[in-house]
Amino acid sequence: MATATEVKPLPVVLRRPRATQGFWSWFTTVDHKKIGIMYSVTALAFFVIGGIEALLIRVQLAGPDGTLLTASQYNQLFTMHGTTMVFLMGMPLAVGIANYLIPLQIGARDVAFPRLNAFGYWVLVAGGLFLYSSFLFGGAPDGGWFGYTPLTSAPIAAGALPGHGPDYWAIGIAMLGIGSTTSAINFLVTIINMRAPGMTLMRMPVFTWMMFVVAFLTLFAIPIVTAALIMVYFDRNLGTGFFVGGVGGDPLLYQHLFWLFGHPEVYILILPGMGIVSEILPTFSKKPLFGYAVVVFSGIAIGFLGWGVWAHHMFATGLGPVAISAFALSTMLIAIPTGVKIFNWLGTVWGGSVRLATPMLFALGFIGQFTIGGLSGVLHSVVPSDTQQTDTYFVVAHFHYVLFGGLVFGIFGGLYYWFPKIYGRYMDERLGKLNFWTMVIGFNLTFFPMHFLGLWGLPRRTYRYDSGMGWDTLNLVATIGAFTIAVSTLVFLVNAIVSRHRGAPAPADAWDGRSLEWSIPSPPPEYNFAEIPTVHARDDFWHRKYTEDDDGRLVRLPAGGAVAVEERPTGGDDGGHGAPGGEHIHMPSPSFFPLVLASGLPFLGYAAVWKDVLWAIPGAALVLFGMYAWAMEPPTAEDS
Amino acid sequence: MAVGVLATLAAGCSGPENDQNSLRPQGPAADRIHGLFVPIVAIAIVVGILVLLGTFYVALRFRSRAADENPKQIHGSTPLEIGWTIVPAVVLAVIAVPTVATIFALDDPPKGDDVLEVRVVGKQWWWEFEYPDEKVVTANELYIPVGTKVRLDLTACDSSLGAEGTASYCNVIHSFWVPELAGKQDVIPGRSQGLTIEADHTGTYLGQCAEYCGLSHANMRFRVIAVERSEYDAWIREQQAGPAVPLNRPAPEGETGPPAGEAQDLVQNTFACTGCHVFDDAETSSYGPNLTHLASRETFASGSFELNRDNLIDWVLDAPSMIPMESKDCRLPPPATCVGMPSFIKDTPEPASEYPVMTRDQAETIVDYLLALK
Repeated sequence: MATATEVKPLPVVLRRPRATQGFWSWFTTVDHKKIGIMYSVTALAFFVIGGIEALLIRVQLAGPDGTLLTASQYNQLFTMHGTTMVFLMGMPLAVGIANYLIPLQIGARDVAFPRLNAFGYWVLVAGGLFLYSSFLFGGAPDGGWFGYTPLTSAPIAAGALPGHGPDYWAIGIAMLGIGSTTSAINFLVTIINMRAPGMTLMRMPVFTWMMFVVAFLTLFAIPIVTAALIMVYFDRNLGTGFFVGGVGGDPLLYQHLFWLFGHPEVYILILPGMGIVSEILPTFSKKPLFGYAVVVFSGIAIGFLGWGVWAHHMFATGLGPVAISAFALSTMLIAIPTGVKIFNWLGTVWGGSVRLATPMLFALGFIGQFTIGGLSGVLHSVVPSDTQQTDTYFVVAHFHYVLFGGLVFGIFGGLYYWFPKIYGRYMDERLGKLNFWTMVIGFNLTFFPMHFLGLWGLPRRTYRYDSGMGWDTLNLVATIGAFTIAVSTLVFLVNAIVSRHRGAPAPADAWDGRSLEWSIPSPPPEYNFAEIPTVHARDDFWHRKYTEDDDGRLVRLPAGGAVAVEERPTGGDDGGHGAPGGEHIHMPSPSFFPLVLASGLPFLGYAAVWKDVLWAIPGAALVLFGMYAWAMEPPTAEDS
Repeated sequence: MAVGVLATLAAGCSGPENDQNSLRPQGPAADRIHGLFVPIVAIAIVVGILVLLGTFYVALRFRSRAADENPKQIHGSTPLEIGWTIVPAVVLAVIAVPTVATIFALDDPPKGDDVLEVRVVGKQWWWEFEYPDEKVVTANELYIPVGTKVRLDLTACDSSLGAEGTASYCNVIHSFWVPELAGKQDVIPGRSQGLTIEADHTGTYLGQCAEYCGLSHANMRFRVIAVERSEYDAWIREQQAGPAVPLNRPAPEGETGPPAGEAQDLVQNTFACTGCHVFDDAETSSYGPNLTHLASRETFASGSFELNRDNLIDWVLDAPSMIPMESKDCRLPPPATCVGMPSFIKDTPEPASEYPVMTRDQAETIVDYLLALK
């Protein structure tokens, strides 16, 4: 280029990396699909780690007076199990799937802020490693995932929780919140600004819709918990008394702040599952989603009402009958849009042509199990009975029905559903069905008996219980169930790993799908859409393949849809390079600096935990260098 | 037959008679909650079964039989959707009315002269019960007269924990729960909370802390012992009486019985037990349980162990090996990190002259003295 000679070459550190293939490209990629895979794989790894913690807990509780773990180890494990499953598994797995799919579903080539996207992922890795390093350095968090004050905020010298666990917890969660916030902003801007022509909001696939709601919830919920965590850290280390009773602070203030975050957080976790199910059910029933608008509005209503129910986590704290009644009613109210969704899903399947493939099985499992969790949730809005059930195993049963029976089943369904899009190969159906049925059996065996254990008087978070209380048998059953879940998870992992290279090749439109992601090759080329589609209807891709006759019956269009235009050999691992017509499409260049910036955060975290400024020096250096280099690096790689 | 099956099922679901079972209420508050819970659970079960059956039905009934089926494309139905918005709303409204009524009813503090008032202090990891009118302080075993309303004033702050106005004045959050008598009530530092309990029958009702409160949360248990009024009055009189063996009484010449003199030296000086416990004053709260009438209790260590000589000797020697506690440095002067009771035989602080290791003989002397404290 003629102008190149006039431009001063950039310092080596500021040149953008070029590789989009191979091992090292994963560290610099800004491709939303690769980042989506990285999020999902990392989250699944934490799912396994959190699962192993759960197994240790279940072995300890298999019988009375368990001796596998000490009280201290048990308290660390239940704290880290909850923290892991919420912050390191549930949220990032949804973000991972959304990362991969939102641009594909709205007809975009990438997200709005590709480097910010990578940064969010590296913060997850940094925060996860930081939290887990506590097991080696100073003791893992042991104040519960909810971290009630003053237990967590009392100074180390007070002896309430000796060791640095609560410091790691407060700093670690705040750190992870940075990544959640950037990814929420990214999704919001992407969905608002980057939809293909004709993709109006009310034509968006429901999964994208639900992630849109989730991004709003995340954006507004995370600051609340971050503020609370900073106050916990200040109370614990700097002698403030925000949450100290008797000296002007109030421990209940923390609970209000935490659950004002924590309840929207529940919907941050479950709405993606609802979105996935809303995608799977129509596809496998050959019918449109029953009452699309009502399903979308119900999701928005759940997200909105989710801000007004937080005190139902505090019904035993003595808030007074008026406040308690108000929150009881708002909690009951939220059951209405939730029920509407369930009925609309059943209406979607009703009268369809139902294929019971693995994704569909998981979606149906979601409906059944989530309903049970929803109903026990309604019981909690009946405050007097909640005062018997709160903080017992009944609650453990309830939220596992929602978050495992619901969210995890939904996500597994989604992984089976979109795996052929991501890798161009189906996951194995026989292993899939084995996975599903062992999961259903194991899940219900583990968590259904816990309803009874709670009603029969067993409190949560206890490392041991007495014999002779009538709790032995059901605890043993739950432990057997937990190992069944573990076997089922192994089946899933084997299935995913084997199918990645040896699964049956899948066409671009693997399931006779409805949304835009099925209109492009599998795996999608780096640029997703060779030509940005123009959208004419909800389920646009479906309408390219089918129309309805006068009776409303399905009629296949003779052309069979536009998919043939972009059809190409599938099952390859080349990430779509060399696809015809793609060379001229300019994609964002990779960058080192999201990783550099994120890698400074754990050092700052150690500086806070150990109150040692020496740790802050490398931390601040990495963060500042990462930030400025990020700002100064050229928009694209040279010669590209 | 269906009724029989249901009755058996209901009985089975009521679960074990373990004295800690929310489905076997033994007092008015728990009864009222149970009466609200059961019909609502029944509604929930019916709805749940219908949805589950519906899920199975749609999945199996509409299972695809041929690849080229062309189902009718139904995009929704406004009447149906309005219907299944309104029907749940009506069901919930039906549930809401008794719920709110019960919330207000249970919140009403009982009035009248016959209401017994007890102050409950949650400490790590045991419960202190103070009868303010009777001037009695005891631990972990709450005696109440049967058929009498007992108003509990629950707090986590007490001057026995630290000076008022300092952070140590208040303990962490606990939750007071006797499932067979009432729902749980959290004990929040800096606040005072009320809860009314009453037992319909004499008996022992087990309770347990229900809010995670640190290392030994699982061991923070207690019991409510409901006895006839006359028996309760006798118990109060016994507690109000001074210690059976006053700590400062010199060992009487030629008298058999507990050698208070020798024990006194051990508990006051050698092992400084009196730094945390009170031995001869049933009116006073202390950092550790008040031991003035220890021998009148059935259990010790938050209901963890039967109160007998062997158990007590083991406990006095090495409590942290029986119940996990953060008590390694509890023999050191403040600001040592300390929660609970230290071991007197393991990891004892230096110098040994100041912090001697307890011998079994010394432990037996102390326990014999404690067992005399009826």
